[in-house]
Amino acid sequence: MPREIVLRVNGSPVSVPAGVTVAVAMAIAEQACRTSVTGEPRGPLCGMGICFECRVIIDGKPHCRSCQIVCEPGMDVRTDG
Amino acid sequence: MDNPETSFDVLVVGAGPAGMAAAVRAAECGLRVGVVDDNAALGGQIWRQSGEEHTAEASAWGNRLGAAEVAALFGIRVFDQPRRNVLLAEHDDEVQELHYQKLILATGARERFLPFPGWTLPNVMGAGGLQALVKSGLPIDGKRVIVAGTGPLLLAVAAYLRKKGANVSMVCEQASWGRLARFGVGLLRFSGKISQAVMLRSELSGIPIAVDSWVVEAYGSLKLESVMISRSGKRERLACDYLACGFHLVPNIELPILLGCEIRDGNVKVDEFQQTSISGVFCAGEPVGIGGIDAALIEGEIAGLAAAGHTREARSLFGARRKARRFAAALERAFRLRTELKQMPTPETLVCRCEDVTYSRLQQHHSWRAAKLHTRCGMGPCQGRVCGPAAQFLLGWNPESVRPPVFPVRVESLASATPEQ
Repeated sequence: MPREIVLRVNGSPVSVPAGVTVAVAMAIAEQACRTSVTGEPRGPLCGMGICFECRVIIDGKPHCRSCQIVCEPGMDVRTDG
Repeated sequence: MDNPETSFDVLVVGAGPAGMAAAVRAAECGLRVGVVDDNAALGGQIWRQSGEEHTAEASAWGNRLGAAEVAALFGIRVFDQPRRNVLLAEHDDEVQELHYQKLILATGARERFLPFPGWTLPNVMGAGGLQALVKSGLPIDGKRVIVAGTGPLLLAVAAYLRKKGANVSMVCEQASWGRLARFGVGLLRFSGKISQAVMLRSELSGIPIAVDSWVVEAYGSLKLESVMISRSGKRERLACDYLACGFHLVPNIELPILLGCEIRDGNVKVDEFQQTSISGVFCAGEPVGIGGIDAALIEGEIAGLAAAGHTREARSLFGARRKARRFAAALERAFRLRTELKQMPTPETLVCRCEDVTYSRLQQHHSWRAAKLHTRCGMGPCQGRVCGPAAQFLLGWNPESVRPPVFPVRVESLASATPEQ
């Protein structure tokens, strides 16, 4: 079994296997990654960092492509703002 | 500005198969070579590293790269060329200048996405997109997946997802049996491809593969719940957890366009030594025409050798390249998009996902430029990488130019990129 790590998604703790990306943590947390300009929920599309649909706010930094970033313990991930 | 860490005889942009082969061959000629990539590791999309998927071929090229002392820099996003022989790149929020004598562009390809009602729902992804997510840890065991679109990637993705425990309910391929059969016969000329095809067939056994089939609509409230497909003219609704939908590949030619390389029929134009219209700037792999991994490796080798001035050795690979390119041409014929797919979006369907621009709003304009100015289509963070190829297929529009930055960067990075006084 891979080691589990805990991060926070919109304030709630989420436990994920070590080594997975933030996009995967969002799926495990059953959360959309962002809300579109007309209010639609959105998640990853391309999985390779070009579509920006999976962007989230990580530790206060906006526009992070969650499919390209590996989870770290204690990371604060937010979808609002 | 002769920092040895960022100054190279040959700089390669892109560390996929074409870029790795180019870097290896140039470095083995004794040159100082650097290879940069936006991703975190060697291999590009096709060799995306995740342990078990690491093929022998990928390791062999990786080992040669290390032995030839190629400097590999990752997490690097090239966004501008402030002056000749210099590229600007962003790395960990810092701007770096990369200096070179010769440049090899191996920027690869991305999936083509086409809009249909419901394609913006969470859990509707690209075919390669879902595979990449699963490779980075997405739990797929027991999930119901429909794979759709077109191209050889669909079957590979279906086989991969099934191996990971997914319940792949159907593969929907838009191409007709006739086209695929001709392609299958054509495969006989490429012996290496036959064993791959036979292996794939056994991995796919039991998964229904529907041809003449495509997605009509995806349904769901907060995320995907079911899909309506058109299967040989009949409609069928299938419940599913994920839809993996991609329409083959489009080349990443934004950086070549920015540098001023001539483009012909959507691909970077190169001479027999893979040199672009700009002297000293080479291009290899998908940007010169979607051709798959064999073409990419051979073209990368030719570009690397030619950049190092070893033209006789480069010439010895021309025969292998011809063969690889014939396969590419067969691919193109087999998986050409049928015109019915232009009927997939309804007037209300979003085409630009960044700015939420509907198909009907785009149809009010006569060119990509006019649509961009009036609707902001293609002006969001993806900079038209998703909607551009869709608009090209649906409306026949060509993106006419690329302006820096070719990738969204921080304002601070842009400020440092302004020309010196």
